[in-house]
Amino acid sequence: MSLSIKDDEIDIVIGALRPDLTSFMNEWRTIFSRFHLIIVKDPDLKEELKIPEGLNLDVYKKPDIDRVVGTSTSTIFSGYSCRYFGYLVSRKKYIISVDDDCYPAKDNKGILVDAVAQHITNLTTPATPFFFNTLYDPFTEGADFVRGYPFSLRSGVQCALSCGLWLNLADYDAPTQALKPEERNSRYVDAVLTVPARTLMPISGINIAFNREVIGPALLPSLRLGGEGKFRWETMEDIWSGMCVKVVCDHLGLGVKTGMPYVWRNDRGDAIASLRKEWEGVKLMEEVVPFFQSVRLSREATTTEDCVAEVANVVKEQLGSKDPMFARAAKAMVDWVKLWKSVGSSTSSPGA
Amino acid sequence: MAEPATATQAAAPAVALLKDELDIVIPTIRNLDFLEMWRPFFQPYHLIIVQDGDPSKTIKVPEGFDYELYNRNDINRILGPKSSCISFKDSACRCFGYMVSKKKYIFTIDDDCFVAKDPSGKAINALEQHIKNLLSPSTPFFFNTLYDPFREGADFVRGYPFSLREGVPTAASHGLWLNIPDYDAPTQLVKPLERNTRYVDAVLTIPKGTLFPMCGMNLAFNRELIGPAMYFGLMGDGQPIGRYDDMWAGWCTKVICDHLGLGVKTGLPYIFHSKASNPFVNLRKEYKGIYWQEEIIPFFQQAVLPKDCTTVPKCYIELAKQVKEKLSKVDPYFDKLADAMVTWIEAWDELNPIGPVPNGKAA
Repeated sequence: MSLSIKDDEIDIVIGALRPDLTSFMNEWRTIFSRFHLIIVKDPDLKEELKIPEGLNLDVYKKPDIDRVVGTSTSTIFSGYSCRYFGYLVSRKKYIISVDDDCYPAKDNKGILVDAVAQHITNLTTPATPFFFNTLYDPFTEGADFVRGYPFSLRSGVQCALSCGLWLNLADYDAPTQALKPEERNSRYVDAVLTVPARTLMPISGINIAFNREVIGPALLPSLRLGGEGKFRWETMEDIWSGMCVKVVCDHLGLGVKTGMPYVWRNDRGDAIASLRKEWEGVKLMEEVVPFFQSVRLSREATTTEDCVAEVANVVKEQLGSKDPMFARAAKAMVDWVKLWKSVGSSTSSPGA
Repeated sequence: MAEPATATQAAAPAVALLKDELDIVIPTIRNLDFLEMWRPFFQPYHLIIVQDGDPSKTIKVPEGFDYELYNRNDINRILGPKSSCISFKDSACRCFGYMVSKKKYIFTIDDDCFVAKDPSGKAINALEQHIKNLLSPSTPFFFNTLYDPFREGADFVRGYPFSLREGVPTAASHGLWLNIPDYDAPTQLVKPLERNTRYVDAVLTIPKGTLFPMCGMNLAFNRELIGPAMYFGLMGDGQPIGRYDDMWAGWCTKVICDHLGLGVKTGLPYIFHSKASNPFVNLRKEYKGIYWQEEIIPFFQQAVLPKDCTTVPKCYIELAKQVKEKLSKVDPYFDKLADAMVTWIEAWDELNPIGPVPNGKAA
């Protein structure tokens, strides 16, 4: 853990889609206990939450969400999107967010991975999006920039987002997992790397961390599949949000890292059953990817909020007519920026 | 990874993949003792040794290897006046080996690179991994967060468009190094004791539009797809710069691959790099490069190749033109280099006429 980061600069936001968080909290206790937790209960979840004692946390349920944003707006926080409410009400600089079916993983030496510490390290060391370093993260112990890496690019840029990975149940889509029902990810790749500028990727919401002050409004609930469900196989909301975040980061000169930390993702659900729902999302990506690859933001967009508003506009103009889902997503993005401005704390100007 | 694998630990694979389709190109001025350690992995393959330095010296090749060897006299004889494009007193001369090869694939390795061990202690067959990398597709258009989706135990992640899952042909496979990392002279001077002990179990495609520093120590490529772009420039004797040969080839190669829709992979395999070169010598060689790369890299990042450049030689000639136009003002060296790039293509075409070529050794 970086000595200059105080524990009270961090919020850990957990979206609760299942009521019993006992084993989740107990497994994460040693890693989470120093920090403040924000638990957001899926407003659709009927059962009471079961959370063990002894942790520093705030729990938000449907009535709380209704109170803050109004009953008509609270529907945007259904399902996995409930965590965005946590991002909205947090006042901390850094947010770390993991799904409630993920547990601490062990590294190649059998040592428990402190996912929080690794995310914070990722966020507080520079990213290097303008030129690829073949030895991966040059700021990590025992590594550096390789021969041929321009010196003018070695100070890097601020890292706004840290995308972690998953052992055991990887974040595959339903068709892939259904085709290989026994496949589990057992490969621990000991690396963090910066995703190059203008390179897009599927940013999974299962295990992420970000600098809320710099990029907060760009993580947003907007794309909702018609048949969106309560398994990750049945959603694309995070993938959509992630594309927005990367485009905004690229425009503002901020970095995105991927790789460690790993979390252990428990088996849950049935890929074949989810197939029925997720084909919708799979089809959408064929449009979504080329679209985001072509988005160029204007020079006047200098804040994250401005960037998100511009992306929303382009979504409306170019994708809105292709599918009402996109038109709704565009509107949701605009509404989110307004909501962030009124409820969320403001972002600082992103530093280079 | 404290030591390299010892020769007895390296076990020959049951099947030597691409045995008759791949040449191993090794530049050397010293000796080829290191081949003894690689024997179980390399022996089935044909070697092309490019001897740099004093041609009157005899380089001993260990018994049992099938090879052809070229010294400076051979290079001059074969290329005539065009031999001016091949560097002298620099390992950049290795690209002569690429030109003279008749095989589809090339693997090139430095003579101070030994067999490495993976975390389980097993000897790494670097050549086999390079071949796997080259024979499976690349995915440059969208980044897969689980790295190479074609590896055993991995796949494309949720959100990866199905239309992009076929990938594109892989033109080059860039391996890494345990022990002595490939640092530049300033970094070596500041961290003389740093050793790379981190085994990163990943192969990944370098995304389209992203440049990287390509190291020639542990590199394989599809010669038919990208060979003519692998010119290692003018380095060494009589040149103002050294240790930028592979860098130059890498930037040209990546720009051309991006233009033609070909892939470049980096990551596994690791070799064990045993010898740290003298950082003061390196500093003298690299000195100009450290300044020039500040101009060179934006040049390559902004380089656009016209649509009618549909083959690698055409792309390369066009790049040479742009180098002359835009980089000559940085230093007259680039003017010479641009000319040498053209000479290289002319020599390549001469030695590799279109049409079926017989598999044969050097004259």
